[in-house]
Amino acid sequence: MAAELHVALVAADREVWSGQATLVVARTTSGDIGVMPGHQPLLGVLESGPVTIRTSEGGTVVAAVHGGFISFADDKLSLLAEVAELSDEIDVQRAERELERAKAEDDAEAQRRADVRLRAATAAR
Amino acid sequence: MGAQLRVYKRRIRSVSATKKITKAMEMIAASRVVKAQRKVAASTPYATELTRAVTAVATGSNTKHPLTTEAENPTRAAVLLLTSDRGLAGAFNANAIKAAEKLTEKLEAEGKEVVNFIVGRRGVAHYNFRERRIAESFTGFTDDPSYADAKKVAAPLIEAIETETAEGGVDELHIVYTEFVSMMTQTATEARLLPLSLDEVAEEAKPAKGEILPLFDFEPSAEDVLDALLPRYVESRIYNALLQSAASKHAATRRAMKSATDNAGELIETLTRLANQARQAEITQEISEIVGGASALADATAGSDR
Repeated sequence: MAAELHVALVAADREVWSGQATLVVARTTSGDIGVMPGHQPLLGVLESGPVTIRTSEGGTVVAAVHGGFISFADDKLSLLAEVAELSDEIDVQRAERELERAKAEDDAEAQRRADVRLRAATAAR
Repeated sequence: MGAQLRVYKRRIRSVSATKKITKAMEMIAASRVVKAQRKVAASTPYATELTRAVTAVATGSNTKHPLTTEAENPTRAAVLLLTSDRGLAGAFNANAIKAAEKLTEKLEAEGKEVVNFIVGRRGVAHYNFRERRIAESFTGFTDDPSYADAKKVAAPLIEAIETETAEGGVDELHIVYTEFVSMMTQTATEARLLPLSLDEVAEEAKPAKGEILPLFDFEPSAEDVLDALLPRYVESRIYNALLQSAASKHAATRRAMKSATDNAGELIETLTRLANQARQAEITQEISEIVGGASALADATAGSDR
């Protein structure tokens, strides 16, 4: 069997991305984890951060994930997040503005969100 | 024009105006049902994946979690009732409220105190009118609920279930909502969200025949995963219930408005018939008056001639 895994990135209200991939890198609460085909079944808690998916066509998909879970079994990987955005959906300028505002207002939550968005956007470039 | 005829004409006008309004409401509701259904469908992948994950942890580990184990003698139960903000939806709200009342009765018979959480102005009004206590109520989003709304509803419930019963928490969490079966059928249903009954969850995420659930590696640990997973599970179930309830409400409105439009049409028909009859009677009367007058005149002239 070709070394591929099926990835589904789903947010609470929609499916953000799904397709075949060769490698998925995500950050769990105990550190970054890379999942390749044939990995042992896994269920983990995700930190807010960028998730990198290397597609089987050789491209890279980066998404900003705000908390959630990663679950992997039978070469099927699902990333569950309450909020998830693909890097090309992210409006960099808006995220920057939000980061500024969050810093000014000392809103840790908003600052973290904006930061994750920016990191995902830069990682994709 | 005779008085009778004028009255009929006026009623026909007023009923036609009402018919136009109900027709418009019917069409609006019909378009909203489709939208709401689409939202239900869009939220399904997340819900199924989450259920799968919950099943995996709950069956794949021996972890005892307060949210999955039944209290030895539960004394307090939270009931979340989903109604709509607006009426004009036939028996939609009445059915949901009735189902909640039946559940409340059942729980009280089991010796549990019921704590009410209510979504939607109709439900709140019903409980307030009867001066029943409401722990918390949420209004303003029932037509088009978002995930943020579901989180808002879930937060106090999760907090209540995590609190010790002696300190004002609850042992069980029930939800009453209207399930969207089809455009024609919506049924008020009740379900116990927590403590999780594993059979039920396993039933929903039943693996295909012959497939066994894999042994998962938990990151960082089964307890932590479950800790993080269960609140999300509750939120997603509530979100799903909110969406279904919204879709059901619109379907019920559509049906209520359709029968209102049909009734208005029938009424107009009957009234038109009555108006025609009145007009005809008037004409007949006029003719007989003329004929009577003419013959009286003819009799009078004939008499003078003699």
